[in-house]
Amino acid sequence: MSDSQAKNNELVRVDNVEKIFHRGSEEIHVLSKLSLLVPTGEFLALMGPSGSGKSTLLNLIGGLDRPTNGTVTVAGDRIDQLSDRQLAAWRARHIGFVFQLYNLMPVLTAERNVELPLLLTTLTKAQRQKHVATALAMVGLSHRAKHYPRTMSGGEQQRVGIARGIVTDPTLLLCDEPTGDLDRKAGDEILNLLQALNREHGKTIIMVTHDPHASARAARTVHLTKGQLTREAVA
Amino acid sequence: MNAMLNWLAQIASITKFGLMSIPQRRGAVFATVIGIAGVVAVLVGVLSIGAGFRRAMTNSGSADAAIVLRSGSDSEMVSGFGRAETRLIADAPGVARNKDGPLASAELFVIINLAKRSTGTDANVPLRGVEGAAVSVRENLQVAEGRMFAWGKNEVIVGRGASREFAGLEVGSTVKVGREAWPVVGVFTANGGVAESEIWTDAKVLQAAYKRGDSFQSVYARLNSAAAFTEFKDALTSNPQLNVKVLRQSEHYAAQSETLTRLISTLGFIIAFLMAIGAVFGALNTMYSAVAARTREIATLRALGFGSGAVVIALMIESLVLALLGGAVGAGLAYAAFNNYRAATMNWQSFSQVTFAFAVTPHLLVQGVVWATLIGLIGGLLPAIRAARQPIAAALREL
Amino acid sequence: MKFFHLIWGNLKRRKLRTALTLLSILVAFVLFGFLCAIKQALVGGVELAGVDRLVVRHKVSLIQLLPEAYKARMERIPGVAAVVHQTWFGGIYQDPKNFFMQNPVEPEPFMAMHPEFVLPPDQMKAWLATRTGAIVGRNTAERFHWKVGDKIPIMSPIWMRKTWEFDIVGIFDGAKKGTDTTSLFFRYDYFDEARKAQNWGTGQVGWYTIRVKDPAQAASVAQAVDLEFENSAAETKSEPEGAFVQGFANQIGNIGLIVGAILSAVFFTILLVTGSTMSQAVRERIGELGVLKAIGFTNGQVVGLVLAESCLMAALGGGLGLGLAWLATSHGDPTGGLLPLFHLPARDLLLGAGLCLGLGVLTGIFPAMQANRLRVAEALRRM
Repeated sequence: MSDSQAKNNELVRVDNVEKIFHRGSEEIHVLSKLSLLVPTGEFLALMGPSGSGKSTLLNLIGGLDRPTNGTVTVAGDRIDQLSDRQLAAWRARHIGFVFQLYNLMPVLTAERNVELPLLLTTLTKAQRQKHVATALAMVGLSHRAKHYPRTMSGGEQQRVGIARGIVTDPTLLLCDEPTGDLDRKAGDEILNLLQALNREHGKTIIMVTHDPHASARAARTVHLTKGQLTREAVA
Repeated sequence: MNAMLNWLAQIASITKFGLMSIPQRRGAVFATVIGIAGVVAVLVGVLSIGAGFRRAMTNSGSADAAIVLRSGSDSEMVSGFGRAETRLIADAPGVARNKDGPLASAELFVIINLAKRSTGTDANVPLRGVEGAAVSVRENLQVAEGRMFAWGKNEVIVGRGASREFAGLEVGSTVKVGREAWPVVGVFTANGGVAESEIWTDAKVLQAAYKRGDSFQSVYARLNSAAAFTEFKDALTSNPQLNVKVLRQSEHYAAQSETLTRLISTLGFIIAFLMAIGAVFGALNTMYSAVAARTREIATLRALGFGSGAVVIALMIESLVLALLGGAVGAGLAYAAFNNYRAATMNWQSFSQVTFAFAVTPHLLVQGVVWATLIGLIGGLLPAIRAARQPIAAALREL
Repeated sequence: MKFFHLIWGNLKRRKLRTALTLLSILVAFVLFGFLCAIKQALVGGVELAGVDRLVVRHKVSLIQLLPEAYKARMERIPGVAAVVHQTWFGGIYQDPKNFFMQNPVEPEPFMAMHPEFVLPPDQMKAWLATRTGAIVGRNTAERFHWKVGDKIPIMSPIWMRKTWEFDIVGIFDGAKKGTDTTSLFFRYDYFDEARKAQNWGTGQVGWYTIRVKDPAQAASVAQAVDLEFENSAAETKSEPEGAFVQGFANQIGNIGLIVGAILSAVFFTILLVTGSTMSQAVRERIGELGVLKAIGFTNGQVVGLVLAESCLMAALGGGLGLGLAWLATSHGDPTGGLLPLFHLPARDLLLGAGLCLGLGVLTGIFPAMQANRLRVAEALRRM
């Protein structure tokens, strides 16, 4: 992290970003001249109706996609300028993802799923096992380590997903509708977990959601409509 | 009656849905069809070698022609007669005659080395010395190019097959036998039979060149009729002056081709059987994924009241259609690639080359299609049963 | 190998599909092994031929005999180390279908010329002591359940048209795998004396084998031999044993071409079936591949995973298939005498292993490219 950023305490800077998709000859402006700052240690909720561009914004911040115009700087890196290969390595180092549908590998046990991102590091097998055990303990699933996703409830699967997201101790945790497919009780458990990760472990979290109940847990909420920030609220 | 019609209508609509969904899974369907085509093409191709060889052999001899060898010989190579014996044989009852006398030709059979055109290496080419009746004894023997050799002169004519396969057998070239050089004056055909693999000259010329005196190795005779064979054979075998083995030409050639055709068909079947197993797995895979892709659709139809029997039959029909398509493609490929493909091989009994054309016969084509059908049936049955057995409620919930 | 669980897990995902694909690959490789063994049976003699040996036969054809007196003249030609002769006996044991070769030879020089035939010294001694003695190869001995001490009647339609009796005094083995041990050899002096008595082709032998002093000089020695007998009543044709065997194999037909054509058809078919299955397997988990990329797997790593899966499948199916083929062909000739050299050589096993790898890469490459092109953001939507 560069000095200026350390001073500003600014982890994510999205500057004048545009994202245009093409459908046939038609241009769809998903994001228009959007700017956003996220300081280190924040728990930010991105809210908006479907099609507002919130997932696209998350993908840009996570280095899954590049903006048509504008810059995205995360942890001091201009990620809109990185190649695919550099991006992959960058994601492995900095980003943890949590998905709405958990996106676990059905053929792997919980611990093997959590271990996946560690396979990209140079850690030894013993070190990997230690990290996996820690991550599973943090989400409270140590007893389910050897189980396959299909034998778990949705809430449990999402906790495995979170463990996978944090096992590499990433700079930034990105969650796309993490409670979108869960009932209220399981959803609350996930939100408690995210909140704890933010408060007790200082994780910076950006969470996309359309559920006010979920965004209420975040420290700050920004609203998107038709590709532009419309409203901002601090809890 | 109505129930029957209703059932048929059910089968027809499920089959139609299945066939209409083929474009969406064209990759897997293409792989299956080509897979089955491959099996059928190889099966038909390999067996066409055997069929072609057998055809060359059976085209050579008719039932009303006979060959006489010394007793105990299984080929002309090891047989032998003197002039007196061949005369006795020619004059035996049952032999057809024309104005020049009996239709019997006493012949000599030797082998000379000539280079194979395809490889340039030496091959054992049969060289036959014949008598005047030789042409009338064989069926359909015609000089197609040039002329017949002159009797008593050092000239040869060559079979069409030999002329194609071996170097230096065109009209106008010469065949070297030891220190003799004999001009080739004609090319003959013999209905695709064994004689087309041979070089012919006057028996007397060959006797002189090989210092054989007045000896022969076999007698070929045309009989009055196929029925006259018994009379002819009995007369010869009961004659105390002779010690001979008498065979119909058809039997003789069938025996000569037996080893090779058996070898080829055994190998052909083993190869095709193994390939067919592979193709069945391929077909099973395709049909299982077809069923998996349509789980919900099939469950919906069954929820609407379609019978599980109709589902099974419809899926079997789909599998059969694909298999038959593959079979037809394979059979067509084999026909285009192998029918009339010319080749030469060793006939072990006479230790010499036989030229022949691969024959993709209607029988083989039918056989190929039968194999394709079997592959289709086996490949379709298990997936069809699975589709029919799926619990409807669970299947409906699938994606 | 830390990704092994992921690859293995994916193979186990649809057990039936994996099993069926494995089996079709297995069958292809069994077939491969089987056809290689047939090809070896038909053309393998070329490799076993001695590089320092020449075969000398009558120029007009192999069935014509050469004077026995040629032997002494050949021995005087520079570069010739040793000369032996054989003669085609063409005998029948019980039935013409029981074909195997029997030749009269001079025991000591013949065995010295052919080190590939291994005969115990005491049996060699017995052969030298028994005029009617014969030695027979292991293959034929086992086929007819002959043992040392048996009297074997063989009818020769060529030589005096009588039944000859031989005493089996020895059974020889092949020094190398694939050596032809179907022949029977008996003593030339016994043979020659019998035919002399009836004045039946005396002083004539079938063909000669020459050992040259230097294999590099083989061609010039062959030329010198043919020159020596040029313009005589029996001109010769000499060539290295390998060329002679190759020419003979060519007479059967172009085996290599036929076997090659069949195998191409087989592999093309299997390639299609397996490739289509792999594509399907990859299509089904586009979303998962997207997740891996999101987590930070590079394109190369995802391509590697897909290729590793197809290669593992090919290696499993192919390895089992080659193993089965090896087992099935290790019992030797399935036709009972027609294909004495039938076996699967190590070279073809290696080639098979190479083909396994090729099949794995080829069937995996298109799905892998698909995985490579995958845009993460889109793939995640298809999860």
